[in-house]
Amino acid sequence: MKKLVSSTIIALGALAMALPAMAQELTFWSWRQEDKAQYEKFIDVFEAKNPGITVKFETFEATNYNTILSTALAGGSGPDLMFTRTYGGMETVASGGYLLALDKTNVPALSTFTAPALASETMRSNKTTYAVPFASQTMLVIYNKDIFDKNGLSEPQSWDDFIKASEKLKAAGIMPFANGTATAWQNEVVVGGLVSSIMGRSFYDDLMAGKADFTDKRYVGALTKLKEITKYFPDGFIGLDYASAQQLFSSGMAGMFVGGSYELANFKKQNPNMKMGIFAAPGLKAEDEKLVALYFDGGYAANAKTKNKEAAVKFLNFLASQEFGQMFANDLNNISAVPGVTFKEPLLGEVADLNKHSIPYLMLVHFRYGEPSGSVLLQSEIQKLLGGKATPEEVGKNLTTGLAAWYAPFKK
Amino acid sequence: MPGSPLVSRRLWISVLIVPPLAFVALFVVYPIISAFAYAFFHWNGLARGEFVGFANFYKVLFTQPYADWTVNAFLHNVWVFFALMVLQNGLGFLLAYCLWRELPGAAFHRISVFLPVVLSTIIVGFLWKLFLHPLFGVVNISFRGLGLGGLAQPWLGQESTALWSLIIANAWHMVGFPTLVFLAGMQRIPGEILDAVRMETESEWTKITKIVWPLVAPSATVVFTLLFVGSFNWFEIPYVMVGLEGSPHGATDVLGLYFYRTAFGNMSGSGQDFGAGSALAVLIFVFIALVAGVITFKLRAREIQI
Repeated sequence: MKKLVSSTIIALGALAMALPAMAQELTFWSWRQEDKAQYEKFIDVFEAKNPGITVKFETFEATNYNTILSTALAGGSGPDLMFTRTYGGMETVASGGYLLALDKTNVPALSTFTAPALASETMRSNKTTYAVPFASQTMLVIYNKDIFDKNGLSEPQSWDDFIKASEKLKAAGIMPFANGTATAWQNEVVVGGLVSSIMGRSFYDDLMAGKADFTDKRYVGALTKLKEITKYFPDGFIGLDYASAQQLFSSGMAGMFVGGSYELANFKKQNPNMKMGIFAAPGLKAEDEKLVALYFDGGYAANAKTKNKEAAVKFLNFLASQEFGQMFANDLNNISAVPGVTFKEPLLGEVADLNKHSIPYLMLVHFRYGEPSGSVLLQSEIQKLLGGKATPEEVGKNLTTGLAAWYAPFKK
Repeated sequence: MPGSPLVSRRLWISVLIVPPLAFVALFVVYPIISAFAYAFFHWNGLARGEFVGFANFYKVLFTQPYADWTVNAFLHNVWVFFALMVLQNGLGFLLAYCLWRELPGAAFHRISVFLPVVLSTIIVGFLWKLFLHPLFGVVNISFRGLGLGGLAQPWLGQESTALWSLIIANAWHMVGFPTLVFLAGMQRIPGEILDAVRMETESEWTKITKIVWPLVAPSATVVFTLLFVGSFNWFEIPYVMVGLEGSPHGATDVLGLYFYRTAFGNMSGSGQDFGAGSALAVLIFVFIALVAGVITFKLRAREIQI
């Protein structure tokens, strides 16, 4: 009798485990409504190779995505697979224990990803990776090739070149830069896109090693140069918002735009005839390493409590594959985080080349883990700097003391 | 005793009262009480953590950088209240007086003064953002056209002009409301009183200060109280024109933006903290309720029944 009961339980248990395996429908949540058609195409490729597994792609409004996802996960009704943010945004979700831990055993391809890519989806406290990173973004300078050619300009090699080129455009009656800083986050963008080479890799290494803070003369010097070059921003740029700045560039009224690689697709759409080029803003001297600022902006994760774990992991392996990375780059015009992907669109190929010499987009990558976040501080301090309300030294000091509220190495 | 008229009357009344009462309880009372409760917990994203008593209140009021942010935003709200009291209610009273005296063109002006009030606040915000655009805005273009290029400013980008730009946009939008309320108050003043005044004096000033102003006191109570509530709940115009951060560097930050940023986070910088956000919401609510109560009580006392 006892035996019968236990064997029944085992049989029922086996059935319970087998049942979901027979009907493997996975839900996959995203904030990219605009990419739905492409993702459905990718999913078709996966489903053709994995009969019996279907993936349902569901999108939510981007600004509310975090709220919707964290509410669903907390209530136990989350999706099997989902887009996750990176860095601090990923940790908020992962720290609740909602995400399946990934490693070489369940997603072998992860070991080929670059360290910065993996870091974007790895929780700092337990060194565990929770998502397959999908794309990187690069802060750089985009320029209008026709305007540069007409004025006999080429990509600047040194800071002096950069200033001379700006001066020449200004003299020709063209706005050198289209940027404005009334929209707060644009202040962080101009720092990453214009002066990463000047602060330099050594500053970044020392900062991470706890040997330097933002009062370091390399950082303060970079901000001094930033202030200097904003002389070539449009009149009243401190009151110019992000959307207007984009329009100034895409309508061909300005020679350069400091921004993220995500702007390229948008500019192309606004003005298909405009020829664009990109470069990393130079350091002080021509021989200084030219650096762009790099960050990763999202990843794919599985729910730790999914009933279709095996299928979900299979899908994650597909998302980490070279085949997927290539489709992602081709169809979505983004820099896939999968290593070894090639780019049809020449500008994207150039971005990928520039990425070989990069430092992280500092505040977003390393200083968004506490309040006040480095981004909030930097955005407001740069507005003070550009509005003439603070010196570069004061900005460096305010960043350091502000972050000391939660960033241990700055606590004195 | 089914069928008794008393019972069926009671039944009838409860059938009428219970649904709206349930509606108010569910959609008004419950959210307010739960927001109060939220403020006493620690939050991990949207998952409620442990009970923390007044820790969230202590955090937003006394720990840095929150304390500075709270004071900065609060002082801006105070500033906005007094500025709008003059620009919106003061001007509204004068406009109402002019309309009431039927100066030439009163019929046209009665409509045009009220017209912006019916526009959506979001539209007004975008409109003024365009007016104040540093390169193409009608304000700067006009200055340059008049040869006053020196007066052209990046209005929304500098500390000295940003908050004032928002205040003026708001006053432009809403001045018709106090005007209308004051005008209605003036039209209620009985003709006999006005005839009696006319026999005593010809001075407009005396008429305004001794007769009109005291007699429109009920209108003033309404307008002042609503302006107070509106100024401390101010959100839409700043949100549309300068964004959640109160750009530049917090020069236009007000409690509404600050609460939203704290509770729900900001894609381009800060994380979400539901506990601190709820604590702010409770503080704002209590402050507005108390002061609005006092204002109403004090102003009611000076109203004269005609």
